[in-house]
Amino acid sequence: MRNLRTGLKELRHYPSAIVGLAFIATLVALALYAVIALPLDDAIRLWRAGEGIWEDTPRNASPVLLNWWPGNNHAETIVVRCSDEAATRSMERLSDDFAIIDISLPLEFTYDGFPDDVRVFLEADYEERRPHAALAWKTPDGREIELEERTLGERATYVVSGDRRLAERLGTEAHIGLFRQPDIEDDVPLKGRYELSVEGILFEPEGDVRVRLVSYGRVHGLAGTDHRRRDLTVALLWGAPVALAFGILAALGSTLTTLVIAAVGVWFGRWVDAVIQRLTELNAILPVLPLLVLIGTLYSRSIWVMLGVVIALGVFSLGIKVYRAMLLPVRNAPYIEAARAYGAGNFRIVFRYLIPRVIPVIVPQLVTLIPSYVFLEATLALLGLGDPLLPTWGKVLQDAFQQGALYKGYYYWVLGPALLLMFTGLGFAMVGFALDRIFNPRLREL
Amino acid sequence: MNDSPLGKQWGRTLRRMGWYTLRRSVALFVTVVIGVYLTILIANMGGHVDEIRLAQIREQVGARMMADEQLQTLPSEVIRDLMEREVQLESRRLGLDRPFIVRSFLYLRNALTLNLGRAEHVTSDTGSRQVRLIILERLPATLILFAPAQLLVFLVSIFGALFLSRRYGSVLDRAVIALTPTSTAPAWFYGIFLILIFASVLRVLPFGGMVRTPPPEQTLPYVLSVLRHMVLPLGSMFIGGIFISLYYWRTFFLIHASEDYVEMARAKGLSPGQIERRYILRPTLPTIVTSFALSVITLWMGSIILEIVFNWPGLGRLLFEAIGLFDTPVIVASVVIYAYLLALTVFLLDIIYALLDPRVRAGHQGA
Repeated sequence: MRNLRTGLKELRHYPSAIVGLAFIATLVALALYAVIALPLDDAIRLWRAGEGIWEDTPRNASPVLLNWWPGNNHAETIVVRCSDEAATRSMERLSDDFAIIDISLPLEFTYDGFPDDVRVFLEADYEERRPHAALAWKTPDGREIELEERTLGERATYVVSGDRRLAERLGTEAHIGLFRQPDIEDDVPLKGRYELSVEGILFEPEGDVRVRLVSYGRVHGLAGTDHRRRDLTVALLWGAPVALAFGILAALGSTLTTLVIAAVGVWFGRWVDAVIQRLTELNAILPVLPLLVLIGTLYSRSIWVMLGVVIALGVFSLGIKVYRAMLLPVRNAPYIEAARAYGAGNFRIVFRYLIPRVIPVIVPQLVTLIPSYVFLEATLALLGLGDPLLPTWGKVLQDAFQQGALYKGYYYWVLGPALLLMFTGLGFAMVGFALDRIFNPRLREL
Repeated sequence: MNDSPLGKQWGRTLRRMGWYTLRRSVALFVTVVIGVYLTILIANMGGHVDEIRLAQIREQVGARMMADEQLQTLPSEVIRDLMEREVQLESRRLGLDRPFIVRSFLYLRNALTLNLGRAEHVTSDTGSRQVRLIILERLPATLILFAPAQLLVFLVSIFGALFLSRRYGSVLDRAVIALTPTSTAPAWFYGIFLILIFASVLRVLPFGGMVRTPPPEQTLPYVLSVLRHMVLPLGSMFIGGIFISLYYWRTFFLIHASEDYVEMARAKGLSPGQIERRYILRPTLPTIVTSFALSVITLWMGSIILEIVFNWPGLGRLLFEAIGLFDTPVIVASVVIYAYLLALTVFLLDIIYALLDPRVRAGHQGA
């Protein structure tokens, strides 16, 4: 064990290992942040995207990072509620059950590009007689465009881009026409203070109307949004703890069991060894991925079931042959003979004398194995066998693929999870390779 | 000729090789049988294979009764009862009422002979529902892509590694070492980036698929189109696998080059080329072949996902389609066919190993 500690200390002398460790530390920090800032239940609820959860986010918006590039000034999402301070609201009661309500929502628009869409969400309180509302749009240069008049239900949504008649009146797509500078050929947005005014007529004494105006941006959040308007930050954040847990548990589980079995085989020899060897050969021709697919389709897609199966299939992995070759010479070492002389039992020898001898050699392998399991999780997700609930990097990639993200040019959708996966893979691999050079003296000379 | 000592020796070697091949093939066949049996056990844990069979019987019986015009005049309850009885009879005849142990061996026989039943949703291009036909149709596409890729990675890494070990410590050597960690990412991962660069941004290569639509009618344009579609998947497999194997073999050769007998050869004044051929490559060939076998196995698994990313109409893509449609017979069959493919790979490389390893040829079993 001291051997192990000095070896780990030696990592300092390898620049690549330091970079790798920095990557891993960042990931762990990200994972911890995810777990603390966004409890698992919330993350799952958000990712399931039930009704009303992602109303205020745009569809397929790029990350805000895009705006940090000089010269880029894409529209961001703006939400204005009638409860906001800037909003004005007045009610004039004409009789007991007849009132006029005036709501005006200001929208400060300062971007060089048009929004993706504009929606108005209307909520009304009423007993029997539904309120009535008329929407109008005021531009900074003083034009007024009538939008729509309608009788309100409890909840109503007015989708500007879906208003065909408005589009016809404006001569272009409606959500662009509303922000367009008039009298010039090109589509250039007019900057300044817009205003949505809602004139409501209430027919009941207790009636009320609430309005929310959402101008959807072309960029949103640190990671952008997907086809279901979900903010990808949720999945990218939560992907970190899931990937780390899956990778580390799978690597530990399969390596340690393999090691124990190899040691048992070497120590007991004869038929035990023979059986273990045959099982290893059998395991080598079992197609792991198709088997995982089979289990995922027929039984459960839960990531923990998959983890169990991955470990189970990894128990008799070909690593046994490697460990066996390392352990065979140790078997006849004098110190083991000494242990037998003092009366150590078989399992004591296996666990206390044989296995610790090869642990330093295993550590680099273990570290390099972690990313391959992280990628395995992504692979399963890409096959459509991702965990049904958890947001993971692989599931984001799968969504992106299914929606043809690369084809349609939504590169951020693929790049976000891919870069994080790459980051994880490189981090562990760099540390693993450095450890390999430290613990395998024959490599160190090269 | 047979009387000459050389001929005798050849005869003995041949016999020994034959014996070895036989033993290995029996061992591997037993392994495949056990592997497939395990697959069946796993698949049928919830009675899924039984369900497939039952559904099939139901379909057949239903079709037969629909065709019978006389039956159509009967009331529908009677027809239903009749059908139930028929299904019961049929499943008894097929042994579905027998204990699971017996049934599992029936399934095993069917699976081993690739008598895999009918797909529920997937069809072959010729319109057949026979799982065997569907799989046989997809197999060539997979082989066309993956056999060249595996050979390419293998050959380039062996000869590149020899080259690097000669220039150990050079800039190129260091660059390869520095790039080694990138190989932890699987090929499909690089596939995504390649698609992004060459298909999305530069628009010079296709996004995926095996041949352009509609497929060219003449042979030459057809082949060229397939080759064009192969560039990106091949490239991503190459990038995904090359650095780690270059690193591995380079280190392997370097360690080997410090053996005493290599030093001896060098002291004799042999040229570097001769030393590489006779003293480094020749004695390490069995090891090289063995690890090639292992890399082939991992590549097979990687191929599944690569086919999905590149929309390549091979076995992996079939498996993916089957998952999407919940087509159990096809999924079970895919597992079986992959088990066969892996065993076949191991078998072929075993034979090559035997040809290369003098210990096997001389009938001397190593330590």
